[in-house]
Amino acid sequence: MHEDTERHPGRGADRGANRAEPAELYRTVRLIRRTEERLKDLFAAGEVPGFIHLSIGQEAISAGVMSALTPQDTIASTHRGHGHAIAKGLSLPGFFAELLGKEDGLCRGRGGSMHVADMSVGMLGANGIVAAGLSIAMGSALAHKTLKREAIAAVFFGDGALAEGVVHETFNLAKLWRLPLLFVCENNGWGEFLPTSKQISFKLADLAAAYGLPHDDVDGNNVFAVAESAHRAVGRIRAGEGPRILECRTTRVRGHYEGDAQKYRAPDEIKALAERDAVQLAALALTKQGSSEAELSAINDEVERTLDTAVEKARTGAEAAFETARREVYTREARS
Amino acid sequence: MPELRFGHAVNRALSDAMAADPSVIVLGEDVGEAGGSFGATRSLRERFGAERVLDTPISEAAIVGAAVGAAMSGLKPVVEIMFMDFVTLAMDALVNQAAKARFMFGGQTSVPMVLRTPHGGGVNAGPQHSQCLEAWFAHIPGLKVVCPSDAASAYGLLRAAIDDPDPVIFIENKSLYGRKADVPETLDILPLGKASVARAGRDATIVTYGAAVHTALSAASALARDGIEAEVLDLRSLQPWDEQAVLASLRRTHRLIVAHEAVEAFGVGAEIAARMADVGFDELDGPIVRVGAPFTPVPFSKTLEAGYLPGADAIVTAVRRTLE
Repeated sequence: MHEDTERHPGRGADRGANRAEPAELYRTVRLIRRTEERLKDLFAAGEVPGFIHLSIGQEAISAGVMSALTPQDTIASTHRGHGHAIAKGLSLPGFFAELLGKEDGLCRGRGGSMHVADMSVGMLGANGIVAAGLSIAMGSALAHKTLKREAIAAVFFGDGALAEGVVHETFNLAKLWRLPLLFVCENNGWGEFLPTSKQISFKLADLAAAYGLPHDDVDGNNVFAVAESAHRAVGRIRAGEGPRILECRTTRVRGHYEGDAQKYRAPDEIKALAERDAVQLAALALTKQGSSEAELSAINDEVERTLDTAVEKARTGAEAAFETARREVYTREARS
Repeated sequence: MPELRFGHAVNRALSDAMAADPSVIVLGEDVGEAGGSFGATRSLRERFGAERVLDTPISEAAIVGAAVGAAMSGLKPVVEIMFMDFVTLAMDALVNQAAKARFMFGGQTSVPMVLRTPHGGGVNAGPQHSQCLEAWFAHIPGLKVVCPSDAASAYGLLRAAIDDPDPVIFIENKSLYGRKADVPETLDILPLGKASVARAGRDATIVTYGAAVHTALSAASALARDGIEAEVLDLRSLQPWDEQAVLASLRRTHRLIVAHEAVEAFGVGAEIAARMADVGFDELDGPIVRVGAPFTPVPFSKTLEAGYLPGADAIVTAVRRTLE
């Protein structure tokens, strides 16, 4: 459906081998941040229909975890899933076109922000239902195991999802069946408009212990720390040790959805988030390791050019038409 | 002609599908070592191994969600939900995930999974183990719904359901499992969406499905003693349903009854009646009459359940009403 050459090269052979390189990790967090900042503006300008949930502040998790995965590995994502999709290497023009509701969007305008998927890179979909991705990813891991693939599955979910019952079922079953599955909890301290403390009575580490699931805790705003933990965890899963949990402490900078004024948050809390900014922390670390300002600028400029092209292409695409869509509910209907 | 039990036909369909396609797996509560609560998966584990016949814990939501993810990743899972009443626990996976994935991802993937589950009363299983909930699923774009009436259709439709690229809810009336029927030497795969004439007749059409086909056949026999020849049309598939076959029969008989064990209100019969009142309006010489269960939960006791279940007499009365 989409030519490989259209895809952002994050998953390609030219980048695949070095996705864990510091400069590449920086590029990915920067790309996610700038993608979402552009979405914020496009949304404010009325070009993005519906509603969107931005992951600004949480980019390091996507970049770090995905650096440990191969294109054959599969992921299931959330309503706040732009970063997961981008880091997994989906087509950026297709991504923007989808969010703008265009026929050449990745899901041809049928899904939008909450349902972006790209099966060709193992991205099994964002999901509008909290915690729904856990059992889907478990099924994908079961398929990998049954069909003797080397691939693993990973699922992203927020701390808010921990209150859903299917989390218990999935933890139990994944452990019981020793599936190649990485649970990535993006703990940003908020579930919609309420802090975690008012929703969750337990610590994920304690829950993990109850299931016998190994649990790693990592600074989710430090892309290098996430990448290191993810590589270690994924290595052990690939070695056949069964499922594990990676809990990433992170920060949700924007509201639950775009347009949420966040009156429920203290001003000094939001101000303090800047000190933990994932993109700035990554840039700072690169500089400390010897990267020059010019090298960082070159990455930033390349990201802007990539986004310019993607947004422009998306804007000029045709609107999706219902007469085509209505014939595609079932597979054989669409083929006939 | 050999005889085959309905439950054995389901078992044979599963076994043949697994032999034909290594990506078919079976999972559910007690489907492995125990061979299924109604015996439908008996001996599959011995034949195909524990990796393809998976006993699951009592976790309907996760089992069905896993089937969705597995189906999107190269397997063809056949999930058993022990009683149809328990699908309430898996509704997100079915309605928001399985039914939507193909459409909302723009055709990038299909979800080739089957959910097998027994519905129906008659065994005093009470309000939470007897319901016929098929109309819920027939209402969801993206799902297919199938309900066979005998051994040959159970085999043929289940094979077709497993081969189908989209999610299929495959409903087995639990009163049918032990029922024997003559079957052809070679069992055929039957197309989804096609009805079958179970008994031909000229005076009225009884559209029905599942175990109610047998109730309708009893009613037709009783009516025949009075010289009324009712046609019994076995729908076999509820989504998609064979509108052309119903219309063709209505053109012959000009009278229509829709009968099912499920609650009458807002049921499958309501959809068929509404469509025929529209596209078949000129053919109708009498009111379309529905026969279904009353608007109460399925009761437990023998006398209560006997009063609840729509029987042949109710269908006979309905046919007489539309012929008045």
